[in-house]
Amino acid sequence: MRRRVAVTINGAKHEHEVEPRLLLVQYIRELAGLTGTHVGCDTSNCGACTVELDGHSVKSCTVFAVQADGAEITTIEGLAQGTTLHPLQQAFWDEHGLQCGFCTPGMIMAAKQLLERNPNPTEREIRLGLEGNLCRCTGYHNIVKAIQAASKVMATGAEAKAPASVA
Amino acid sequence: MAVSQMIGASIKRREDPALVTGTGTFVDDIPQTAVVHMAIVRSTEAHARIVAIDTTRAKDADGVVAVFTGKELKAEFGAPLPVTVTFVPEKKYPNYYPIAVDRVRFVGEPVALVLASSKAAAEDAAERIEVRYESLPPVLDMEKAIMKDAPVIHEELGSNLSYDVKRSVGDIEAAFKEADVKIKQRLIQQRLIPVAVETRGVLADFKPFTGKLTIWSSTQIPHFVKVFAAVILGIPESNVRVVARDVGGGFGSKIRVYPEEILTALASRRVGRPVKWIEDRSENVKATHHGRDQIWDVEVAAKKDGTVLGVRATQWLNLGAYCSQFGTFMTLGLLVAPGPYKLKAFDGRLIGVFTNTTPTDAYRGAGRPEATFLIERVMDLVARETGVDPADVRRTNFVKASEQPFTSLFGFTYDSGDYQMTLNRALELIDYKAFRTEQAEKRKQGKYLGIGLSTYLEICGLGPAAPTQANTGVSLWGMSVVNVHFTGKATVITGSSPHGQGHETTFAQVASSALGIPVADIDVQHGDTAIGPMGMNTYGSRSAAMDGSAVHVSSMKVVEKAKKIAAHLLEAAEADIVYEGGKAFVKGTPSKSITIQEIAGAAFQTNRLPAGMEGGLEATTFFDPPNFVWPFGAHVAIVEIDPDTGATQILRYVAVDDCGTRINPMVVDGQLHGGIAQGIGQALFEEAVYDDSGQLRTGSLVDYLIPTAADLPNFELEATETPSPSNPLGVKGIGEAGTIASSAAVVNAIVDAMQPFGVKDITMPATPQKVWQLTHKNGGRKR
Repeated sequence: MRRRVAVTINGAKHEHEVEPRLLLVQYIRELAGLTGTHVGCDTSNCGACTVELDGHSVKSCTVFAVQADGAEITTIEGLAQGTTLHPLQQAFWDEHGLQCGFCTPGMIMAAKQLLERNPNPTEREIRLGLEGNLCRCTGYHNIVKAIQAASKVMATGAEAKAPASVA
Repeated sequence: MAVSQMIGASIKRREDPALVTGTGTFVDDIPQTAVVHMAIVRSTEAHARIVAIDTTRAKDADGVVAVFTGKELKAEFGAPLPVTVTFVPEKKYPNYYPIAVDRVRFVGEPVALVLASSKAAAEDAAERIEVRYESLPPVLDMEKAIMKDAPVIHEELGSNLSYDVKRSVGDIEAAFKEADVKIKQRLIQQRLIPVAVETRGVLADFKPFTGKLTIWSSTQIPHFVKVFAAVILGIPESNVRVVARDVGGGFGSKIRVYPEEILTALASRRVGRPVKWIEDRSENVKATHHGRDQIWDVEVAAKKDGTVLGVRATQWLNLGAYCSQFGTFMTLGLLVAPGPYKLKAFDGRLIGVFTNTTPTDAYRGAGRPEATFLIERVMDLVARETGVDPADVRRTNFVKASEQPFTSLFGFTYDSGDYQMTLNRALELIDYKAFRTEQAEKRKQGKYLGIGLSTYLEICGLGPAAPTQANTGVSLWGMSVVNVHFTGKATVITGSSPHGQGHETTFAQVASSALGIPVADIDVQHGDTAIGPMGMNTYGSRSAAMDGSAVHVSSMKVVEKAKKIAAHLLEAAEADIVYEGGKAFVKGTPSKSITIQEIAGAAFQTNRLPAGMEGGLEATTFFDPPNFVWPFGAHVAIVEIDPDTGATQILRYVAVDDCGTRINPMVVDGQLHGGIAQGIGQALFEEAVYDDSGQLRTGSLVDYLIPTAADLPNFELEATETPSPSNPLGVKGIGEAGTIASSAAVVNAIVDAMQPFGVKDITMPATPQKVWQLTHKNGGRKR
């Protein structure tokens, strides 16, 4: 009982026959071959599999691939423009916001949504906003710093862009 | 930045661009064709006889390639899993094989393997295997396990007692006779689950016609896995290669040769195809070893002025169902329990017990967090009993800087350190006096603040070779190869196997500093047994002190050879050659110089070398220092407890740590942040709980709570640098210091906050429920 699923991931179209029970994270990793999205638990606690689905950050282990049919998906591999890192990727690097790096893709995808909803968050808001993503290496200290740094860069970027879009 | 300033520079990590873009290579990311997926059927019983295993329906399932039971594989194990001496040569232990044959001893023990075309197919088929068990009564409680009528887990041992041995020094009777104050306390080190965010995973590829085996594993110890896979599976070591590429955290949990590494390799040999096993989190919490699980019964003899004279301590250690590879390492906790303090006597007893639980082994700190927790709780208990300020109790008992190098009761020699200095600085940062005033005022308003100190001293940097061989059974040293290529770029091979620590960056800094070659031109390779002679891997905060020093020594050997070549090419006496900043020149004539690039080029044009000199510009070092390294520091936590809800909030966390020379302070701070967070996790949240039948009740991350970002404060860190005399870089370890210090600091702070309620101790984790109960013992009345 296979079902056809068509999704766009990082701008590229993918289409596969899948079992209805296949999780989106398995689709992304095994069928689309994008292994940057990780699996760290069986219970949707760790957030290592966080991706963006139609503009919303989701834990891709909590979505069936068939539910994503027709969706636009962005994974960690879709953030950098060529060799230019996304401000969040750059900030995680600059601020030592990662050690083993396993939770990092999910952490960055969650942080991206956090900043889209709240471009200038307080430290407390960042900490609460990351509750669905677990890191065992950093104690979150530098992750929080990285998101604060990225929020400044992204705010400046948004201002710089604004007049252009108005014009 | 000039290359000479590379040591001490917080340069960004070269590991990160791949990891932030999702292009790292963890085991499950390795592309492999024709791979077969393995699922493991695990015991659902804590203690049982296996009566029968029916695999018929599994063998018929879609996509199944093969099914194996323990009985079918037994003959292929040439040896059991390794068990090291680690401080307890007297211990009794059973042979521990990777898969159960006729008896299971903990929930999660492998019973059968299913190999299929996909992970889903393997798991589906695994569910069709029927294992008939004859239940046996489980043994779960350490103290009950060694009672006469307790069921015996390993019949060949006669009882569940692995060891009961004394480790005593000094005259303890005299200490108690001299004491004004005697305190008795039981301290519990609850069982912890390490929870690296990447679970374990193994990809094994045995090539049938060449007999060569490659194992990719999420491990801290590829070099040990190579040796033991060869021995256990009867394959020449030269035909085995083990690779640890990106590893998603370890914290000690990936420090042993695991059943699944052997089983995956064996399965590959059986089916002649690559086999992959990726651990689910629900497997991980049962099959990957646990940490701690100890009871410490303590008696303290002290004087009125706060001088601690002696300690009697019995350390009960729950080994779990088997003795794991370093399963007795945690007894080190007792041997280093005196910490930075001068005691006259220490009367210790170690009791190791088997139970029907997941085996325990090293978890971040491994024995040293327990030691610090013990002695730091003792300092606070003495302070409470004598009325002397906890900071002064510590000052009274400290080994003085002038007494360094100090020889401890158990015969260890501390290398360097001024324990008072870090304590004083931490108290200054926290403004201790002002805090005590604030605390008193807040108490009047019904707000309960507490402060907790933890002035730790840590042994780490394992080797040296002789004492580690004598005490653990493994000769530990650092290893490096430094190879300068034809164009003057360099490759460093290290024997360490990092999994988040940033050695690719920091070891390049070390080599750059000595060679004068820019960091960007130095590649650092690790985690592959096919490169370099051998390595002793990464654990015990050893890498900077051991393998980092080895990188320095190899680099200096390369410089020596470069100077010889330069002397020959510049037609000068070798003694007149100065090497600096990547250039050799004749003393007093800097214009007569030659770059490392030119020297390296000549090294590979052997006709240009002095007569008799080997070509190439390469050096290998097995680094063996004269002593361990002894980082130290002072951690201070300020908490507020809410007596209405029992909730604890950490308001401030200040730490002043001294790990000698810091190669990359940014990386050092990162290690501390994560370490502190893990100790806070133990203090406040984490506990592995079994029910009476031996089922793990905290079997997922829903039930086993590790700290989230919202649970933790910002950490206020400062450093002092007291170089270690034990190695040429002056470095000490820092990977475990945070965890070693922080649980004691937090618990001391919580107990301090509860002082008005007459509370003298709380058991970890200090959950809201426990805090509430303790603050309501007397109907909520303060004493």
